Amino acid sequence: MQILRAIARHPSGRIGALIILVYLIAAILGAFGLTPHNALQQFRIDRLKGPSLTYWTGTDLLGRDTMSRLMVGIGQSFIIAFASVAIATLAGTIIGLLAAWWGTLWDGILMRLMDVLLAFPAILLALLIIAIVGPGTFTSVAAIGIVYTPIFARVVRGPALSLKQRDFVDAARTFGSSQWFILTRHLLLNLVAPLTVQVTLALAWALLTEAGLSFLGLGTQPPSPSLGLMLSESRNLMEKAPWLMLFPALVIMLGILGFNLFGDALRDILDPRTQRRSA
Amino acid sequence: MSPLLSVKDLRVGFGREPKANEVVKGVSFDLAAGETLAIVGESGSGKSVTALSINRLVDFGGGRITGGSILLQRSDGTTLDVTRADESALTHVRGRDVGMIFQEPMTSLNPVHTVGAQIEEAFRLNRGLTGSAATAAAKEALERVRIPDAAQRLKYYPHQLSGGMRQRVMIAMAIASNPRLLIADEPTTALDVTVQAQIMALLAELRRETGMAMIFITHDIGLVAGIADQIMVMQGGVAVEQGALNAVLDSPQHDYTKHLLSAVPHFTAGKAARADGRRSEATPPIISVDNLVVRFPIARGLFRSSAGAVHAVDGVDFDLRPGETLGIVGESGSGKSTTARAVLGLVKATRGRIDTATGRSRHPVQMVFQDPFASLNPRLDVAALLAEPAIAAGQRVDAKLLDRMTFLLARVGLPDDALTRYPHQFSGGQRQRLCIARALMLNPDVVVLDEAVSALDVSVQARVLDLLVDLQREFGLAYLFISHDMAVVERIAHRIAVMYAGQIVEIGDAAAVLSSPQHSYTRRLIAAVPAIERRRELFTIDATQVPSLVRPAGFESDPAVWRDAGLDHRVRVEAA
Repeated sequence: MQILRAIARHPSGRIGALIILVYLIAAILGAFGLTPHNALQQFRIDRLKGPSLTYWTGTDLLGRDTMSRLMVGIGQSFIIAFASVAIATLAGTIIGLLAAWWGTLWDGILMRLMDVLLAFPAILLALLIIAIVGPGTFTSVAAIGIVYTPIFARVVRGPALSLKQRDFVDAARTFGSSQWFILTRHLLLNLVAPLTVQVTLALAWALLTEAGLSFLGLGTQPPSPSLGLMLSESRNLMEKAPWLMLFPALVIMLGILGFNLFGDALRDILDPRTQRRSA
Repeated sequence: MSPLLSVKDLRVGFGREPKANEVVKGVSFDLAAGETLAIVGESGSGKSVTALSINRLVDFGGGRITGGSILLQRSDGTTLDVTRADESALTHVRGRDVGMIFQEPMTSLNPVHTVGAQIEEAFRLNRGLTGSAATAAAKEALERVRIPDAAQRLKYYPHQLSGGMRQRVMIAMAIASNPRLLIADEPTTALDVTVQAQIMALLAELRRETGMAMIFITHDIGLVAGIADQIMVMQGGVAVEQGALNAVLDSPQHDYTKHLLSAVPHFTAGKAARADGRRSEATPPIISVDNLVVRFPIARGLFRSSAGAVHAVDGVDFDLRPGETLGIVGESGSGKSTTARAVLGLVKATRGRIDTATGRSRHPVQMVFQDPFASLNPRLDVAALLAEPAIAAGQRVDAKLLDRMTFLLARVGLPDDALTRYPHQFSGGQRQRLCIARALMLNPDVVVLDEAVSALDVSVQARVLDLLVDLQREFGLAYLFISHDMAVVERIAHRIAVMYAGQIVEIGDAAAVLSSPQHSYTRRLIAAVPAIERRRELFTIDATQVPSLVRPAGFESDPAVWRDAGLDHRVRVEAA
């Protein structure tokens, strides 16, 4: 509750939160079919109509309402982004923490493994995984999750190594605190700030990667609407129907902006050193 | 004749509204050529900001001079108002007229350049010397600050030099341009006492040689007694008292000066040692350490083959009886902290035994660390911090535990509402009280205090020491008190062990060890303690280096031979 209020006070956090909120509402409405029109229905007489009162963002080549398709597409992108970032966060944090805590040999093995993954460009690695397993929502989630795991492992390992040397960890050892307790209370708790920032940033990247995969035809499969797919379909009609490209691109861009602003605000707020003394 | 430096009603503020956030609120002083002014105050008193305003380095820290004037007489005879000077004039002032040395010599030297290159740069910028002329000047500068083997040392990187050597290099750079004024901002705070004495002696000699004026900033009023002509005591941005050295020290007028003078631990060569809590041979020791050896192996090369070891602790014996304080003194690298950490089990002993008697609880030994900012997890509130030892011992967080927390908080002098607050909301002294309360949560028998008061301001230090003595009486605690500060140890220890190069060289009753030190190192250590009483003594420069503790594989030091120097006073016999 306190955090929400603090975000509302934070200037860029307010904008970020507002964008995410609007997207969430759109996604939920889209998921329950509460869109202006049916996202899959083709209005043959209204093909390639520009934005109007009936079709707020125009229609596509098949006469489908792009507004409705955007709403469903946002939901689809969000599900994939959240699920894949959850996987990446969980796996990356565990790998990074254990590498830092065990040190030496394990550190070497785990982090070299992460380096190998990191050596591939994100989209290429995702493509590779999808090429092996075959396209689909679940594969997209797994692929994007694996692609962003090394980043979390690195983000966690660095600070965890320095936290491990801190006096309060030594102090905890003198009390006889268990390893589990030290790892969770002393290490993980101090990693909350870098992790939240990383999570929100990764959400933005995941959104982009998902759009990229769909654009290449390897993410969400037609006729299901997806932001990347809509962009891909608009390519040939760019001059005739610019709204087909404009709105999905705007939605992707604003979504990434929203998560970035939100992440910055969270970082400012979660750090107790920046809180006021009266808090 | 007009003074070299004349500061009038100086005001410095920080932040967006410097006038509303003033840190220095109207300070005035005059400094004649060749004179030394000591600015004394605790952290946050504005002493450093005042000094940094003189060469306008304060600008880079976000400070703005909001009022007053600083008139500096320059080497060409003109007078410059530093508060109104432009950046090019200031660069000239910083380079030639005003030299400066800082507290931490490791961070003020660039680690990727040799010290020679860095000194040469000072000469290149200030005197336009290049090539072999600059090298020769750099060598001469190192000789001036009494660095032996100067030609060799020019090729060293900062990390290859000891702290004292690095500070000498800093001094050499600061005086490269023959400044008329040298500002020294806590130049010895990060150094050991014997090294501190050497640096102070060096500064005094250089001042005599070059006739430069000095502004010496310190929190330790005892330290400046030997070097200053004038003294200015600052508190809360205001100079509360200023005047000639002897006048201020002998008859302080302001309450704060009096308080500061009484709070400074006076070293009295054993006269102030504690007379309570005599040790009785009948009670069995709570901790006994027998021939403790701790080595850290050094691995070299591709296959990490053993290339010897750092003998951090090399055959240490002592025992600690219930209710007594054993003070372990020594300089950095003497192995005193490693000994403490071995007692706690934080480092593994290579050899030897540490026996801990069954105490009142499962964890009879607890520890308080040096840095109260680093030893408390910033993300946990006080209740969670205090609960941790209990949770580790398998207790539940219930009303009984909360009662104990509030009881201990009150006992160490913290308010009840502290429980829901976070560490960053407390001052350094309060945090250290918090650490003490946390160490007492499980009702231990022994508390290891590793430089526990070293990071605190003197007046806070005195109060925490008093608290420790009270707690010891009340709870029957035994303390293992590790410190580099003889005056502090004198006030709290019943017995003292002096450590040097990983070994105990002298151990025994506090009054006996301090009043009649037998080992040459103990004598050197005691001679180096600065004190107001010793202000007329002249320190001589002593360049004795601590031997390296890095030993080749398989090295064993000679077995210790001890001799008794009285009742409960043993000294290690020195090799001839």
